[in-house]
Amino acid sequence: MLEYIARRTLLIIPALLFVSIISFSMVYLAPGDPAEILLTSPEGTPSPAAVEAFRVRMGLDQPIYVQYLRWLNNILHGDFGYSYMSERPVFDAIFKSFKATLKLSIVSMFISVIVSIPLGILAAIKHNSATDDLCRLGALVGVSIPNFWQAFLLILLFSIYLDWLPVAGYGDGGDLRHMILPAITLGTSSAAVTTRLMRSSMLEALSQDYIITARAKGLSEKVVVGKHALKNALIPVVTMLGLNLGFLLNGAVVTEWIFGWPGIGGLVVDSIYQRDYTMIQGSILFIAVIFVTLNLIVDISYTYLDPRIRYEAKD
Amino acid sequence: MSHLEISNLRVRFPTDDGVVRVTNGVDLDIEEGENLGLIGESGSGKTVLGMAIVRLLPGDAKIEGTIRFNGRDLLSLNEAEMRSIRGREIVMILQNPTNSLNPVLTIGSQIEEAVRLHSELDKERAKKKVVELLEEVGIRSAARRAKEYPHQFSGGMKERAMIAMALASDPSLIIADEPTKGLDVTIKRRVVKLIKEVTKTKSMLFITHDLGSAAEICDRIAVMYAGEILEIAGTEDLLNDPLHPYTKGFLDSLPSRGLKPIPGMGPSLIDLPSGCKFHPRCDRAMKLCKREDPPMIQKENGRRVRCFQYA
Repeated sequence: MLEYIARRTLLIIPALLFVSIISFSMVYLAPGDPAEILLTSPEGTPSPAAVEAFRVRMGLDQPIYVQYLRWLNNILHGDFGYSYMSERPVFDAIFKSFKATLKLSIVSMFISVIVSIPLGILAAIKHNSATDDLCRLGALVGVSIPNFWQAFLLILLFSIYLDWLPVAGYGDGGDLRHMILPAITLGTSSAAVTTRLMRSSMLEALSQDYIITARAKGLSEKVVVGKHALKNALIPVVTMLGLNLGFLLNGAVVTEWIFGWPGIGGLVVDSIYQRDYTMIQGSILFIAVIFVTLNLIVDISYTYLDPRIRYEAKD
Repeated sequence: MSHLEISNLRVRFPTDDGVVRVTNGVDLDIEEGENLGLIGESGSGKTVLGMAIVRLLPGDAKIEGTIRFNGRDLLSLNEAEMRSIRGREIVMILQNPTNSLNPVLTIGSQIEEAVRLHSELDKERAKKKVVELLEEVGIRSAARRAKEYPHQFSGGMKERAMIAMALASDPSLIIADEPTKGLDVTIKRRVVKLIKEVTKTKSMLFITHDLGSAAEICDRIAVMYAGEILEIAGTEDLLNDPLHPYTKGFLDSLPSRGLKPIPGMGPSLIDLPSGCKFHPRCDRAMKLCKREDPPMIQKENGRRVRCFQYA
């Protein structure tokens, strides 16, 4: 078991190296020179000498592999560099945005889970009934409705007509009142997909012979469904929830934008517009680390849910 | 009063293609401590009959008739009452242990569930009892094995674990559905021996198409065909002197007796033949067989046979 975790953890290193190379070189392929963009003022284009001076100061005159190795070395020492634009440390900006995104992701994930898991189970045990149809319809609507549209509807209803919640903004460090609407928006599609998966996965589990064994023992339906079927049915659901959380943590740009939520998605998009190389590179690497770590956690939790994987890994 | 008394049991499943008549008026009884074998080809309704007794058939099944267990009609009980009998007094060992054990729970915890559900034992004593049960069915280093998962058990060991689970509540009646299916010969022999041993003081309905195993375990054997019982007799009588043409054909089709198959195929349960269900394949069929349903005819030694030849 420990060996399995260690091996999976080691596999992260090449993955991250690969991401770092891609993210580093990608920005050089994009048109536009940060020196020119930064130095361009309303008065006109900067002089070639000023541009050159900026490039030397930032190390942009060096060959790309030298820049990459220097950057990598700094990052390994915990230094993500300074933003070209704000001249503040990149890591601080990333960390601040990530905190906002993390808060939002956790709340929307929470909403999604407490809605989808019970609904999926309910739909499965009431298979082919009106309840099931209703759950399926709800899930279909939830998957189909675009985030931006749902966000506007929520704002219209709760902020404008009812005036219960703020329209947008981060509020006092991202308080719950400001978080509710974006969290519901983000949670809806995730809840819809999870409900459908939970339902089909539960139906599959309930049709297995071991369910008849459980019933034949005289167990109550509560135990049959809640223990014997659920433990099997959750395996694919946990994987999907993990991936979902990964996507949320990478920043749901559109939703964050609509609600003026200062998350990490917006940070990346802004820095791309500004050709803020250090910020783009730093945040993409950061996002990659989060994603890969989350995947690792999902994989490990998988082995706890499914003993068959645990022992295959031993061989 | 028999331990289990089934009379005129009919199970039907409505489907899009028509009503599937799986059992058609089955009468069977098992005496206290008796092992009754139920043999027949695949699709003859054996498993459905077993499942009907513990009421584990899917909800769309239409069940008629009576199933009396110690005099109580099981079909008239509500689900809560049934649950106090199912798994406690009547236990079913399902076929195919690989699929019948939950892959994500340890063998021990699956047996422990059955132990704790039907006794007042606390967790620790229940765990001890699980190890005892596993030892009783011949699993070595049982304490360690109890912590393992089904995929770490071989086919024969899984079958033993299923038997241990069945014994957990010390039931008085065991319904074993093809417990020897898919096991190789030596392991099958050992499992049969084990079943014989553990059911010494219990009643059992032993469902199988393996006549050899049935002969070893059962006191009496019932032959099922197209949802009907065609013949019931003591094991010796049935093997040495089968009465019904189908029973004769079944015995002749065994490898040890010449491997002569019965011509034709089992009938569709949606469109059953008129009269005797076996007449289209019977070499001794008369005109009467096609027209009328043969009654169950009483013979000496408590034998019964459903055939006009003996009328």
